[in-house]
Amino acid sequence: MSLPMSEPLIFAYGRAGRGARGQWPVAAAAVPEIPASLRRARPPALPEVSELDVVRHYTRLSQLNFSIDTHFYPLGSCTMKYNPRACNAAAMLPEFLGRHPLATARHSQGFLACMHELQEMLMEVTGMKGVALTPMAGAHGEFAGVAMIRAYHRARADLARNEIIVPTAAHGTNPATATMCGCVAREIGVGPDGDVDLAALRSTVGPRTAGIMLTNPSTLGIFERGIAEVARIVHEAGGLLYYDGANLNAILGKVRPGDMGFDVMHMNLHKTFSTPHGGGGPGAGAVGVAPRLLPFMPLPIVAREGEGEAARYHWLAEADRPQSIGRLTGFNGNAGVLLRAYVYMRMLGREGMSRVGEYATLNSNYLLARLQQAGFVAAYPQRRASHEFILTLKSLAQQQGVTAMDVAKRLLDYGFHAPTTYFPLLVPECLLIEPTETESKETLDAFVVAMATILGEAGSEPDTVRGAPHRMPVRRLDDVRAARELDLAYRPVSG
Amino acid sequence: MLAAIGAPDLEALFEEIPAELRVRSLAGVPEGLNEQQVMELMYARARQDGRPLNFIGAGAYEHHIPAAVWAIVARGEFYSAYTPYQAEASQGTLQTIYEYQSMITALTGLQVANASLYDGATAVAEACLMAVRANRKSSAARVLIPRTVHPNYRAVAQAATGGQGLKLEELAYLRASGQTAADALAAYEGQDVTALVIQQPNFFGVLEEVDALTDWAHARGALVIAVVNPVSLAVLKPPGSWGQRGADIVVGDGQPLGCPLSSGGPYFGFMATRMDYVRQMPGRIVGRTVDLDGRPGFTLTLQAREQHIRRGKATSNICTNQGLLMIAGTIYCAMMGAAGLERVAQACMARTAELVGALSRLPGVRSAFGTARFHEAVLLLDRPVAPLLEALAAHGIEGGFDLGHHYPELGQALLVCATEARSAADVAAYAQRLSELLKEARVA
Repeated sequence: MSLPMSEPLIFAYGRAGRGARGQWPVAAAAVPEIPASLRRARPPALPEVSELDVVRHYTRLSQLNFSIDTHFYPLGSCTMKYNPRACNAAAMLPEFLGRHPLATARHSQGFLACMHELQEMLMEVTGMKGVALTPMAGAHGEFAGVAMIRAYHRARADLARNEIIVPTAAHGTNPATATMCGCVAREIGVGPDGDVDLAALRSTVGPRTAGIMLTNPSTLGIFERGIAEVARIVHEAGGLLYYDGANLNAILGKVRPGDMGFDVMHMNLHKTFSTPHGGGGPGAGAVGVAPRLLPFMPLPIVAREGEGEAARYHWLAEADRPQSIGRLTGFNGNAGVLLRAYVYMRMLGREGMSRVGEYATLNSNYLLARLQQAGFVAAYPQRRASHEFILTLKSLAQQQGVTAMDVAKRLLDYGFHAPTTYFPLLVPECLLIEPTETESKETLDAFVVAMATILGEAGSEPDTVRGAPHRMPVRRLDDVRAARELDLAYRPVSG
Repeated sequence: MLAAIGAPDLEALFEEIPAELRVRSLAGVPEGLNEQQVMELMYARARQDGRPLNFIGAGAYEHHIPAAVWAIVARGEFYSAYTPYQAEASQGTLQTIYEYQSMITALTGLQVANASLYDGATAVAEACLMAVRANRKSSAARVLIPRTVHPNYRAVAQAATGGQGLKLEELAYLRASGQTAADALAAYEGQDVTALVIQQPNFFGVLEEVDALTDWAHARGALVIAVVNPVSLAVLKPPGSWGQRGADIVVGDGQPLGCPLSSGGPYFGFMATRMDYVRQMPGRIVGRTVDLDGRPGFTLTLQAREQHIRRGKATSNICTNQGLLMIAGTIYCAMMGAAGLERVAQACMARTAELVGALSRLPGVRSAFGTARFHEAVLLLDRPVAPLLEALAAHGIEGGFDLGHHYPELGQALLVCATEARSAADVAAYAQRLSELLKEARVA
């Protein structure tokens, strides 16, 4: 499964005076004068290429990528499942694409109806009492959530609470978010069975506790069984519970964060609700809240007046929610992504929601069982896997000198995207594997064959594994050189 | 599959979830639809919103988008790819980001750019936080932000930076010109100012005296954060050349570069800076390097700034960005080139001038500022704006953005915009309809 090799920079195709003239507007007859001091002296150094040059170049570049449409991504914590094309087709209808974010209510009712129904469906599947759609990614939703926790304490004149507790296995965004909100992150460990260390939690909470950020199932791929007790300890200490929605896919239709005692959460719509990852974005990080945080939700939020045929939708603004943490985006968040999530949820429907959690968990447990049979070691063998699980390659690294990174890179040669490696940090030489519900048994079996082959190679020809990948457009890249001899732009402009 | 697991049924896989927490029903979610049904629903919803003739700008601009842009962006290899952490399997996305960084530096005149932020508003917020880290001479954490900066950008900056104790202080503008007032700056003489934000063209579409503002800030040890429209940079002086030393951080919304209006997103925020400040920049950055065989390749670099490495000490919590939109912007810029982009900018300026001319000839309408502008203008009306916009909308015209809420001191003020996507006939149709509405004794 090799990919094409290399492609020059777009600039290499440039020839003076060449251009996609069919794309240029008709030259204007009378262009107003720009004062000389504000005018550009020299044109920017953009490529001078034809339309065909552009199409061929970027099509070729696309072919240098792995993607869900072409490859299996067993990428733990990232939920790389199939993105139905209908979601894209619906969001790309000309009326939606052409709709200005500040259009009048008359030209907004269709779009707003979708957004309001999306809010309602997300409330239902999470057990939350309010949803705001504007955060544009998971980390952005985390910011909204922690900002709401701070606003809640401040509104109660409880000003000392600036500590956010996070498990050591948490996503890096959790402590980074705490910092952005002016809080201090305090890390607590997990016990040998992977559940939160309740004794450590009891000794950490106190009058400075603003809240705790958790995902459940945790980043260890297991359900936090003590969640009710965690909630009790944190609430009794005066703190609130934040649910990181990164792993919501595991429990969709099975258990709801609101019922577990969480006060606020974000949902990664680009994970659980299958909007595309787009090579790094856009995402959407809608936030849900329990009743006590309703006044603090970020703006704008879609509201409805009237029912059925008479329903009218509008945006709530500052005047409606004076205690809001404010506005987090220029307009209404990643509206086009939200439309895609809406279409996905309407296609899944009520019965489809629990199917997601069930088949994601079935695929995960099946893959774990098969990989264990093939000789791989689970990090938490005594626990039931959720939608993802961790293998530890510690003994392989010690005995053969083949690391988790080597195995991950060798998988690329066999046509599988690498699993998440070296996260969570507390498990040595780990692979975090999440197959998702949209993969077939045959795909999982093929992955097991590749993994078993690599395990064999680690014994018979370890250098092949250590030097992988061999069939990609490039071999391993010199990261040290990349950081030391910074080359971040073609023909950098001098200062 | 259950046999391989050793589980009797699917339910057994959820045995670790306490029974009392299990979901009973999801009555609030409707039953599922097949693709045909869901598309029928969405066609109906889209029809409800219609396709009005749009004269609103205010931070989101309707431009022609070459058909090839989204034909390529929608390819599964871009659309459904993951973040390019596995560089060997992501050279397509990584090289595109490198080309994008190159184009943003070319447009802005600064040396380095990141791989995108969420949107223009959050990019301004990140720039304020970055300026506080980068300006080691200043301890005030005070950023001056003129009222001529987009009101939503100011609101987002406030919400995003308040937790870290930044002080954002607003500067007044001149009623005669719509430009940031030099008097407002005078109040800060001798004080510790961390950074000054300058939007060019500003929210009113007016061109600011960027050289003087930049030099004022630099003379007082403050950094300059430029907020710019990327299309305007085809004809306007790049921020890297503002004043004696140029702006220090440049941000903006990339939406005009190939991203549809789409109700406000997804767009992408861009950010560029001096090489000196690259380690203070938030977000992903791609570098060109070589592989084990010495062949050139691309990889994410300087990741020690980011949350997945540095956790609580990262420059930002941003992880997912707006990658796919950045790809659209890159393809758009490659397609248009400098000459095409200049044509677009000029066509926008010409059309807006035509629009302002046609509307301000009507009795009861006048242009607020005589200052040079890009592709937006403030009009002052002799009657309330909101009902007029409603009446125009009833005739299929989105007539502009009502400034009453954000700028009550301007009175009955309307912000209008015409890009190259509007024809002379569109402008005439707007003028004709507005003329009729103004003649009616009372607007509906």
